[in-house]
Amino acid sequence: MEDETTKQFAPTNDDAQLRNIARLIRQDIVKMLATAGSGHSAGPLGMAEQLTALFFNAMRHDPKNPDWPDRDVFFLSNGHTAPVLYAALARSGYFPVEELSTLRKLGSRLQGHPERGALPGIESTSGPLGSGLSQAAGYAHVLQNIDHVKNRFVYTTMGDGEIDEGNVWEAAMFAGKYRLGNLIALIDRNNIQIDGATEDVMPLTNLRAKWESFDWHVLDIDGNNVRAVVDAIQLGKAASWAPTMILCNTVPGKGVPFMEYDHKWHGMPPSPAQAEQALQALKGGAPT
Amino acid sequence: MSGYPIDPHALTEPTLEPIRFGFGRGLLAAGEADERVVALCADLTESTQMHLFKNRFPDRFVEVGIAEQNLVTVAAGMAHAGKIPFTSSYAAFSPGRNWEQIKTTASLNRQPVIIVGSHAGINVGFDGATHQMLEDIAIMRVMPNMRVIAPCDSLEAERATVAIAADPAPTYLRVARDKTPIISTADSPFEIGKAYVLTEGKDVSLIATGTMTYHALVAASLLDSRGISVEVVHVPTIKPLDEERVLASIRKTGRAVTVEEAQAVGGLGGAICELTAREHPVKVQRLGMQDRYGETGSPSELLEKFRLTGKYIAEDIERALASQ
Repeated sequence: MEDETTKQFAPTNDDAQLRNIARLIRQDIVKMLATAGSGHSAGPLGMAEQLTALFFNAMRHDPKNPDWPDRDVFFLSNGHTAPVLYAALARSGYFPVEELSTLRKLGSRLQGHPERGALPGIESTSGPLGSGLSQAAGYAHVLQNIDHVKNRFVYTTMGDGEIDEGNVWEAAMFAGKYRLGNLIALIDRNNIQIDGATEDVMPLTNLRAKWESFDWHVLDIDGNNVRAVVDAIQLGKAASWAPTMILCNTVPGKGVPFMEYDHKWHGMPPSPAQAEQALQALKGGAPT
Repeated sequence: MSGYPIDPHALTEPTLEPIRFGFGRGLLAAGEADERVVALCADLTESTQMHLFKNRFPDRFVEVGIAEQNLVTVAAGMAHAGKIPFTSSYAAFSPGRNWEQIKTTASLNRQPVIIVGSHAGINVGFDGATHQMLEDIAIMRVMPNMRVIAPCDSLEAERATVAIAADPAPTYLRVARDKTPIISTADSPFEIGKAYVLTEGKDVSLIATGTMTYHALVAASLLDSRGISVEVVHVPTIKPLDEERVLASIRKTGRAVTVEEAQAVGGLGGAICELTAREHPVKVQRLGMQDRYGETGSPSELLEKFRLTGKYIAEDIERALASQ
């Protein structure tokens, strides 16, 4: 079998290849976190399909020319899931996969939370929650309503716990008001946050209706099915009359059985032994 | 040799105009000069004088509603898309409410978002303590990458706004609501990062910013008639501070007094204390709000109560000199 430890990938529309990329991104996440000894596990693992669909299928971007003026733009609003972004950037060619092992080390370009300017491909600094949607909306507003640029899209991902933040709903109103059809947001609906289940901490009931009532086009999908994510993004691009919200229902810690569904893995890295176990579970073959 | 022409009627019959009016004109001029300039407001468009820009460039104006967190983060996104966004609200709300968003998405992110805090200081008057922003200089000054500018009058606000747009970077621009005396002229200079000696003196350096520069001139004039020679140093840019000019004055006079319509802790007074402690330790008397909130009253009543007029500034300086 080909060694894929450091392999980089071009965009593809092949399901098997997309699933394989998501699996490798999960391996990268486990290795990075175990090496770093701190960081968040559950969210990044659950979001592998979202980042795979974006960076290896939907988005127009050029890893060799990160500031390409015609690119699509991605804001990682839930900055604590940085490892999944770093893995997606490395696997698509922004920097060598080997560099992932420097995560959270002094002097690393892979800061604990993403920092613009530190690493190619980081569009904005994030970490404090709730600000990514506003920035994406501001960017989308410039493209659609001021510069009248067509066929460029702006993407953002958020955690479900993140939308406790008032800033998110300010942005939701804004994007609805200005009918930002070029804005596509994804919520990682994994039902956990640091203090426990989202529905215990601060219930997010009627989530679809919430966004629809803000004049968003809403899709509700299996966020661990990479084809479903790809298709939803295409539907979002077609919905030019409104911003699109893709509610990605995911399993926190997806792919690592002992982490799945358990909120204690939200903010914890695996130990070296646990990482070994996780990597065994993520070994080739079985499609997610 | 001041190099900063002062309106000849400044101390006798000054023309009064709110500083924010100069911002409104400056923004319009900046918008004419550069189509990248855009404006965002949080439901206070006429109060903050953004209506001039909005009427001229409706497509480049964004109304975000009463949502200050969104105000600066949408602006950060627009800056990333190549624009030069000016955001405005009352200073009590922006940067009063959205400091973290400013830090993360503008300052740390190095996006040229300009935060215009209007209605700063106690001259908001009747609205009371909730609306009298006094901590803004301090909280903005501690942010790396952030410039902090407090013009002394409407003409200087106009020049400052144009200068900021021509050199876009994260910036806090502090302007006031009430009508205040115009002391500069069309020929007075403004350069970001420069301080200006308005009157030369030998006994004390009176270092002022924003609305207090006028009152510093009044105080200097009163003290001059009592035989105390005051050098008024106008510091429209609190950060980056013109250390060279300020230190040159303090080295000459050997004594510094600061005055600002803001908390004396952490603001201009804090900046001057940090500078003198490091480079040239002298006594620094800090005038401004003394670790307390404001209250309801007319602007002039409040300025008197908190001893922020020329008369009281002169008294405080005289008393401090006498007790040495």
